Amino acid sequence: MSDALLAGWGRTSPSRARVLRPGSVAELAAAVQAAGGRGVIARGLGRSYGDPAQNGGGVVVDLTRLRKFELTGERIVAEGGASLGELIRALVPRGRFLPVVPGTRHVTVGGAVAADVHGKNHPADGSFAAHVEEFDLLTADGSVRTVRPGDQAFHATTGGMGLTGVVTRAVLRPIPIPSPLLRVETRRCRDLDDVLTRLSGSTARYAVAWLDCLSERGRGIVDEATHTEGPAATAALKGPLLSVPPHIPGGLLNRHTATLFNHLWYCKAPRTSVRSMPLGAYFHPLDRIRDWNRIYGPPGFVQYQFAVPYGEGLKNVVRRIGRSGVPSFLAVLKRLGPAGEGLLSFPIEGWTLALDFPATAPGLPELLDACDQAVIDAGGRVYLAKDARLAPESLPVMYPGLARFREIRAQLDPAGVFQSDLARRLRL
Amino acid sequence: MNNAFRDPQSLLIVGGTSDIALATARLLVRRRARRVVLAARPSEALTRAADGLRGLGAAVETVAFEATAVGDHEKTFGEVFAEGDIDVVLVACGVLGTNALDPVKAAEIASVTYVGAMSATLACANALREQGHGTLVVLSSVAAERPRRANFVYASAKAGLDSFAQGLSDVLHGSGVQVLVVRPGFVHTKMTKGLPPAPFASTPDAVAVAIHAGLRSQAGTIWVPGVLRLVMAVLRRLPRAIFRRLPG
Ligand SMILES: Cc1cc2nc3c(=O)[nH]c(=O)nc-3n(C[C@H](O)[C@H](O)[C@H](O)COP(=O)(O)OP(=O)(O)OC[C@H]3O[C@@H](n4cnc5c(N)ncnc54)[C@H](O)[C@@H]3O)c2cc1C
Ligand SMILES: NC(=O)c1ccc[n+]([C@@H]2O[C@H](COP(=O)([O-])OP(=O)(O)OC[C@H]3O[C@@H](n4cnc5c(N)ncnc54)[C@H](OP(=O)(O)O)[C@@H]3O)[C@@H](O)[C@H]2O)c1
Repeated sequence: MSDALLAGWGRTSPSRARVLRPGSVAELAAAVQAAGGRGVIARGLGRSYGDPAQNGGGVVVDLTRLRKFELTGERIVAEGGASLGELIRALVPRGRFLPVVPGTRHVTVGGAVAADVHGKNHPADGSFAAHVEEFDLLTADGSVRTVRPGDQAFHATTGGMGLTGVVTRAVLRPIPIPSPLLRVETRRCRDLDDVLTRLSGSTARYAVAWLDCLSERGRGIVDEATHTEGPAATAALKGPLLSVPPHIPGGLLNRHTATLFNHLWYCKAPRTSVRSMPLGAYFHPLDRIRDWNRIYGPPGFVQYQFAVPYGEGLKNVVRRIGRSGVPSFLAVLKRLGPAGEGLLSFPIEGWTLALDFPATAPGLPELLDACDQAVIDAGGRVYLAKDARLAPESLPVMYPGLARFREIRAQLDPAGVFQSDLARRLRL
Repeated sequence: MNNAFRDPQSLLIVGGTSDIALATARLLVRRRARRVVLAARPSEALTRAADGLRGLGAAVETVAFEATAVGDHEKTFGEVFAEGDIDVVLVACGVLGTNALDPVKAAEIASVTYVGAMSATLACANALREQGHGTLVVLSSVAAERPRRANFVYASAKAGLDSFAQGLSDVLHGSGVQVLVVRPGFVHTKMTKGLPPAPFASTPDAVAVAIHAGLRSQAGTIWVPGVLRLVMAVLRRLPRAIFRRLPG
C-alpha cells in the first residue's frame, strides 16, 4: 500500500489516493470493505484521459496484478486486470483476434468493460459489451456475483466507469482471423464531405478517418481495412520504437506547430494506396511511441470526443473548432452503429470525432463548453472515458439512461462505496 | 473536483465579504463553481453577498468566522469540508488599519491579517490534504515585498503571511494540493476607500481575472497587474535611503 498522486492519460487533474494492488480477489474484497469514507475505485492501465480512475483522499485498487487469462475453445476467460495487448498476443498465433479493440492495446479487460469501448468496427460489430458472455462483479459488500447480458447489473456496469463495482473476471468471445495481416486501403480526401461520403460508403470491416480540423475545408485521410490472408508469423505486435523523455516544457504545441504537423502529415499520405499491414500497425500506431502523452508537457492535454447522430451536428462542431483558432492536432473520425444496451455507454448511431488539445490553449474551456451545447442540440454526447471538463448539468441531457443507472447503482451500492473524482465532478 | 482547466466546482472564501474575493467568486460561478461557502463575521453585507451569488445560480452557505478566534478555525472549516469537497479556498481576510504607532492597533492588524489568515489557511490545508486535491489561494500583497511608511504594520503582516504561504506550498508539494500566492498592488475596494490610489491601481474584477488565469496556469505566485512583478523586483533592490524619499 502506498500513497500516490494519480492522473489520467491527459495528466490534467491529479489527486492523491491510497493505492492498493491486490494479488487475489480475496485481497481485493478486503480492500473494498475497508475502504473508508471517501470510498474506492478500480484502476486498470490508466488509459482513460480524465479522472475516472482516481479517487482523491480515498482508495484506488490497481487491478494490474489480477491479469491471468486462459483460452478455452472459443472463449477467453480473463481476470479484470489482464491487458488487451496480452490477450491479442496470445490469440493471434491461434488465428483469433479480439472483436473490439480501442486505439491503444494498453487497456485492461475491466477498463474495456467499464468504458464499454468501441473500435473502428462499431457499425459491423458493436461495442465491447456485445462480445462479453458474462463477467464477475465484486460489489460493495465484498461479494462476487456473475452477471450476464440482460441483467440490470450488466447494463449498468458496461459503460458505468467502475461505479457499480469491480470486474474481476470476464468471459469474451474472440473472432477468427485468416492471418495477422490486414488489407488497408488509404485515400486522401480533399474536404469533409469527401471524407464523410467515403466513410459512409465503406464496406470494409474497419474504417477510420484522420481529419485536419485546422484546414479550411476539413480535409482528411480515410483508412479502410479488412482481415486478409497472408504469410503467418509476421510480427503483428512490436514493442515501442520510440519513447518521449519525461521533462518536456509545455507550449511546444501551438497553432503554428499544429498546422505544420497536420500539413506535413496530409501531404505525406498517398493519394490512394492499398497495402498489407500487420494488425498492430493499423490498430495501435500510437503504441509505438511510449509515453507520447508527455509531448504536451506538464500542463497536459485534453481529448474531446463526442458522438452525434447523422445530420448537420458534426459539421457544426467541426466548423466551430476550425474557426476558434484553438490548435487541434489530427482528429479521429469514425462511424458508430446502433447503440447497445449499456446505460452510460457512449456509442450512438452516427459520427464520433476525437480531438486532442493542449490543456492551456487560450479559449479552450469556453470553446468546449460551446461545443457541448452544439453536441446536445444535435442529440449527442461526450465520451466519459475521455472527459475531464464536462459540466455536471450536461450529463443527464446527454445520457438519458442516467436516471436508470443511478437507481441500479443505488441498489448495488447503497452506501456509495464506489467513488471517483469523475463521479464527484459530474455528480454521477 | 477541479476540472482539467482548474475551474473549481466548489469554493470556500475566508473573509466572505471581501470585494476582491466576491469578484473572483462571481467569475468562478460563471464557469463551474456551484457550491460557494462564505466564511465571515455575520453582517448585512454577508447576507447581501450570499444573495448576490445565489442570483448567479450558485448554492451558497455562510458560516460564522472570526479571524482572531484561532481556537475555532479547525472546527469551523472541518464542518465545511465534511459537507463536501472544496476545490478552491480563497483566503481574503485582512485589515489595512492605520499607520498610527499604536501597539494595540498594530497587534489587531497582525492578528487578523497574519495570525488569523495563517491559522485559517492551515486548517483548510489539512482538510485539503485529506481530500487529496485542491488549491489554496492566499491573498498577499505587493506590500509584503517592501513596506511603505503608510502601511508598514499591514505590510509586515503580509510579509509573514506571504512567507508562510510559500513554505506551505513546498510542504504540500506532491499532496495534490497547490498554493497560489496573489500579490495585488493598490485595488479599489472598501479596504482602500478614501485613500489616494497608488500607481498601477486596479479593480477587484481585474484581480479576479488574474486569479482565474493563475489557477488555470497553475502558477505559484502572481502579481496584479502583472507589471508589478518587475516594478517590485526593482523596488526591492532600491537602497532604503532612496526608497524612503518616494511618495507614500
Ligand atoms: C491512445 C488511446 C486510444 C484510445 N482509443 C480508444 C478507442 O478507440 N475507443 C475507445 O472506446 N476508447 C479508447 N481509449 C480509451 C480507453 O480505451 C478507455 O479509457 C479504457 O477504459 C482504458 O482502460 P484502462 O484499463 O486503462 O482503465 P483506466 O483508465 O484505469 O480506468 C477507466 C475506467 O474503468 C474503470 N475500471 C478499470 N478497471 C476496472 C475493473 N476491473 N472493474 C471495474 N471498473 C474498472 C475505472 O474505474 C475507470 O472508471 C483510448 C485511450 C488511449 C490512451
Ligand atoms: N484592496 C487592496 O488594495 C489590496 C491590495 C493587496 C492585497 N489586498 C488583500 O486582499 C484581501 C481582500 O481585501 P479587499 O480589498 O477585498 O478588502 P475588503 O473588502 O475589506 O476585505 C477584507 C475582508 O477581511 C475581513 N475581515 C476583517 N477583519 C476580520 C476579522 N476580524 N475576522 C474575520 N474577517 C475579517 C472583512 O470582513 P468583514 O466584512 O467582517 O469586515 C473582509 O471580508 C485582503 O487580504 C487584503 O489585505 C487588498
